[in-house]
Amino acid sequence: MEFLRPATWDEALAAKAEFPTALPISGGTDVMVEMNFDVHRPSAILDLNRITELRQWEITDGVVRLGASVPYARIINELSEPLPGLALAAHTVGSPQIRNRGGVGGNLGGASPAGDAHPALLAAGRDVFVEVASAARGTRMIAIDDFYVGVKRNSMEKDELILRVHIPVADGPQQFSKIGTRNAMVIAVCAFGFALHPKNGTVGTGIGSAAPTPRRAVAAEEFLQGVLAERGLWESGDLLGAEVIQQFGELVKAAASPIDDVRGTADYRRHSLAVMARRTLTWTWNDYSKQIRSAA
Amino acid sequence: MRVTFTANGKPVEADDVWEGESLLYVLRERVGLPGSKNACEQGECGSCTVYLDGVPVCSCLVAAGQVQDREVRTVEGLANEETGLDPVQQAFIDAGAVQCGFCTPGLLVQTHDLLEREPQPSDTDIREALSGNLCRCTGYEKIMDAVRLASARKCQKVGTSE
Amino acid sequence: MSTRTIQGQKNLQDIRTGSPDGIGGSPLRPDGTLKVKGEFAYSSDLWHEDMLWGMALRSPHPRANILSVDISEAVKTPGVYAVLTHDDIPGAKFYGLEIQDQPALAKDKVRYHGEAIAIVAADHPETARRAVKKIKVEYEVLTPIVTEEQCLNPEVYGYVHEPHEFKSHGHGNICHSQKLVSGLGVTDEVRAMADVIVKGEYEVGMQDQAFLGPESGLAVPSEDGGMDLYVATQWLHVDRQQIAPVLGIPEEKLRLTLAGVGGAFGGREDLSMQIHACLLAQRTGKPVKIVYARDESFFGHVHRHPAKMYYEHGATRDGKLVYADARIVLDGGAYASASPAVVGNAASLGHGPYVIPNVRMDAIALYSNNPSCGAMRGFGAVQACFGYETQMDKLAVALDMDPVELRQLNAMSEGDYMPTGQMIDSPAPVAELLQRVKDMPLPPPLDLTNLDVRTLPGALSNTTHGEGVVRGIGYSVGIKNVGFSEGFDDYSTARVRLEVIGGEPVAMVHTAMAEVGQGGITVHAQIARTELGVEQVTIHPANTEVGSAGSTSASRQTYMTGGAVKYAAEAVAQALIEKGRKRYGWTHNDLSLIGGKVVSESAGALVSMVDLLGDDAIDLTREHHHRPTVPFDKETGQGFGHVQYTFCANRAVVDVDVELGLVKVVELTAAQDVGKALNPLSVVGQIQGGCTQALGLAVMEEIIVKDGKVRNASFTDYLIPTILDVPPIPVDILELPDPNAPYGLRGVGEAPTVSATPSIVAAIRQATGIALNRIPVRPEHLTGTL
Repeated sequence: MEFLRPATWDEALAAKAEFPTALPISGGTDVMVEMNFDVHRPSAILDLNRITELRQWEITDGVVRLGASVPYARIINELSEPLPGLALAAHTVGSPQIRNRGGVGGNLGGASPAGDAHPALLAAGRDVFVEVASAARGTRMIAIDDFYVGVKRNSMEKDELILRVHIPVADGPQQFSKIGTRNAMVIAVCAFGFALHPKNGTVGTGIGSAAPTPRRAVAAEEFLQGVLAERGLWESGDLLGAEVIQQFGELVKAAASPIDDVRGTADYRRHSLAVMARRTLTWTWNDYSKQIRSAA
Repeated sequence: MRVTFTANGKPVEADDVWEGESLLYVLRERVGLPGSKNACEQGECGSCTVYLDGVPVCSCLVAAGQVQDREVRTVEGLANEETGLDPVQQAFIDAGAVQCGFCTPGLLVQTHDLLEREPQPSDTDIREALSGNLCRCTGYEKIMDAVRLASARKCQKVGTSE
Repeated sequence: MSTRTIQGQKNLQDIRTGSPDGIGGSPLRPDGTLKVKGEFAYSSDLWHEDMLWGMALRSPHPRANILSVDISEAVKTPGVYAVLTHDDIPGAKFYGLEIQDQPALAKDKVRYHGEAIAIVAADHPETARRAVKKIKVEYEVLTPIVTEEQCLNPEVYGYVHEPHEFKSHGHGNICHSQKLVSGLGVTDEVRAMADVIVKGEYEVGMQDQAFLGPESGLAVPSEDGGMDLYVATQWLHVDRQQIAPVLGIPEEKLRLTLAGVGGAFGGREDLSMQIHACLLAQRTGKPVKIVYARDESFFGHVHRHPAKMYYEHGATRDGKLVYADARIVLDGGAYASASPAVVGNAASLGHGPYVIPNVRMDAIALYSNNPSCGAMRGFGAVQACFGYETQMDKLAVALDMDPVELRQLNAMSEGDYMPTGQMIDSPAPVAELLQRVKDMPLPPPLDLTNLDVRTLPGALSNTTHGEGVVRGIGYSVGIKNVGFSEGFDDYSTARVRLEVIGGEPVAMVHTAMAEVGQGGITVHAQIARTELGVEQVTIHPANTEVGSAGSTSASRQTYMTGGAVKYAAEAVAQALIEKGRKRYGWTHNDLSLIGGKVVSESAGALVSMVDLLGDDAIDLTREHHHRPTVPFDKETGQGFGHVQYTFCANRAVVDVDVELGLVKVVELTAAQDVGKALNPLSVVGQIQGGCTQALGLAVMEEIIVKDGKVRNASFTDYLIPTILDVPPIPVDILELPDPNAPYGLRGVGEAPTVSATPSIVAAIRQATGIALNRIPVRPEHLTGTL
């Protein structure tokens, strides 16, 4: 096994080109578990800790350009205003120690349906992009909806690495909820991210741990967008009504295709997704209504 | 491979390190610092918590090669040769927060960090900060007492020196 | 002892501890400073200059015939020093705590998922892992015998152990059984005397001890052909008794020293890596260290028996119990371990701390191809308590009575009889304990206006901002025995030495007691101070150079080894006083050692111990035997079977998100009679820790086994409570002395683990209105999505 320690992004891409099966490691919170438990023996480990730009973020033109290795703890502390949904999701990742190391790049690279960042990224909108690069072909942007392709599989090529994620600054309330059978340090039994995007009159959803990949509840989004538009609710901020909330929950539930496993049953996952969908919609809409009313 | 880094203020060097080894293994088996504990080796228990460049992390999830040229501070580096035990260490003994003690090194580092950042945390803040450190013996009550005690003593010390 | 250096051996040497505190005080732990400095050597910390790493190949199948084992590729791996199978064992092939039914390495067949088949010694753990993967085993996979139905019909489904396979077994797949009948038993006539009858079927999942320090140790071969083994265990001598025959060496050539133990809770009562490390060290002539990873730990030790239970209670209209009937089926898994004792406890304690005129009980442990089950804190009594306490709540509902009052109405007290016919001959304040938890102030009511999400069910996962949250309160009480039962003489030995060191009298205490974190060595120092009037005490490392201390289990160590230290120290005190009588011709008969002096109650201080001792040392060893017990009658369950009883009552306050089925325990109160709190700080710590393991069983902890295969052998999926799951645990301690016990003390460690679980489930039941007949309670149970 090789241990590669590139000092720059270009060196990292060169190393990945030379060792396409090298396993990138940054926070190590997934990779090292596999090493310690003999799940995986890659030909090489590619350490990304020395690459400064991976640990940086900036906001340009209303978009947060979030380095793949910015640890969750910094997302919580530094980005909870522009990225409230992701910050809430980050707060549910592992333990404080894990949040000091792990970043969004690891979630995306591993592409586990249980990754906590995914529902928040999906909910943040269709204009979320993963910026990946290779030595041979340079940089490309993968839309978040095209990123997840199968269980623990993403649409990256073997010679590519994740540089950063582009996430629009929130223009409305966002929420994230996650089910675990204890009150801290849980892998998601299932999770739900939700965001209101008043600027373009859309809503975003993200379902975690309830399908082979993270996915959005498209029918639920369309239903809710329709209701909000038809009734002029974006403008009025009036109550959604129990029926709308109920229907939204049912559509989120219907969007999932979960399995039974040791962490929970498929039925429970569907049930709890509906509950989380209703609650996160209620919380965000209440916040939004307050904003409308206080602006009026 | 060879890995050199700073452990508790002293330069250390480990040779013939297997590339898949963790920082925890290097500390425990190669540089004579077995204080950080190996309870789960999957980041679920916090027993191996160390400072890496001043930030508490699970040393089982840091690849050995990642600490090249960096600074590590372990439970062995909390006490000061001149002033003795750190107030957090003393409080854990005094409050009865140590039973089998296997979780203790990680809890000490994590608590040390908490009180550096927030000298007077609320009970809920303490629980959140320590939620990644499993203890199987105490039921956490005496650990809560220990953190409160360490907080009180640290604040008192600051108060008297001013 | 090996002459070579072992890293970090400070706790493998004498630990000196100075304090004025004798019994009843709470001096600091002698090992506390080492532990907070990271200098305390746990068994996994040991390091020897030329040591090898041992590792086992384990079966992926719960039941299979082994057709062949090919180690040739593994042996050739560079860095590998030995690969051993069953055929390489020089001595006895089988071992076991009570029944020698477990092969040191599997031969011809495997009986559970994770059974060790071959072992490797190599220069690095990774070398060993690669070599293990190169061992080729050809299996004939068989359908595992895993359900009660399958186990009880061996002619259809087969035997876990063929009837001829070991001598003490002849009951198909029943490992052990115990019946019990008292009063008129349970007949139609007896049933007719009851106005109200409640019935229920209950189930308890397989809990794991989940101690944090993994199974580990270092075996160092010695020049005399013997072995030094440094290991984390609960009972050094019974380990030696099981290991030596397998190595083919006499017991005296196998010397065990207790290394630091990272928790035990029953899981270290059986052997794990001990034999394997010794076999590899014996073969290679080099020190061998084995440390289990967490996944291997789940396969490497026994668990709490899962149970299926049927309970039936009849009572009069005013709430007096008329009869109780129960059948308890415990799944013992592949090997016997402590199953017979677990059955004995379930049968004899399985109707709880209640006076019941007519009783019937049938308890059995099965052999199956599930993981082996054995000792875990409160064994036998934990499972049953969930059954009978749920029944008490059901009965209270049926009678429209307050559940605490119903329990108090039927609570046993001193002078009452157990269903075994054993009279309770020391305090049994069951009703008072219940009253105490009931009278404790309640936590502030749920306030949904000013909420910190971290205090709600789901906490940081942000699942509720108050929606669906309902509070519930539940009560329970439980009974546990202290010490080994049914005629077993689990004596303890202590050696106490008194001498002058540096101008001060110093007592040295030497026992083989396994300090697993409970604070036994703290208490030993306190006892030595009380009996010998000294401040300075040296704790000698626990090893097999002194007689057995029995197991650190069954809530027995302070009673038994503490008692032995007391008697040895008393003997030393008497010897010193005798010396004084001879030298000074004292005629007083009111002498004792206080504050470093020989003191006469009537005449005051006579002489300093330093002067009296001079250069002499008084060094005496004593054994402590508890009062004898007898086996239970196989059919009637009658007999004076237990040494002592202990009781704990709990009140649980929980908040349940009834829509999501998530639970947050808000407060868990405990009241326990401890006879005499030798160290109040440690006593409270034991009760809080015991309550927490009970909380885990109530709401999250279960090893999930499907078709004999373990599905969650990790801390990612076997969840134990975090600090955000465990609430404040107020503890109310009663000290009603037991005249039969040293200092009147009562074993402490297990009673709260027995009693607390049902109170939490009762509270969830009150919040949700759902029956909840199985633990751990999962969100699926609360949301109808199982």
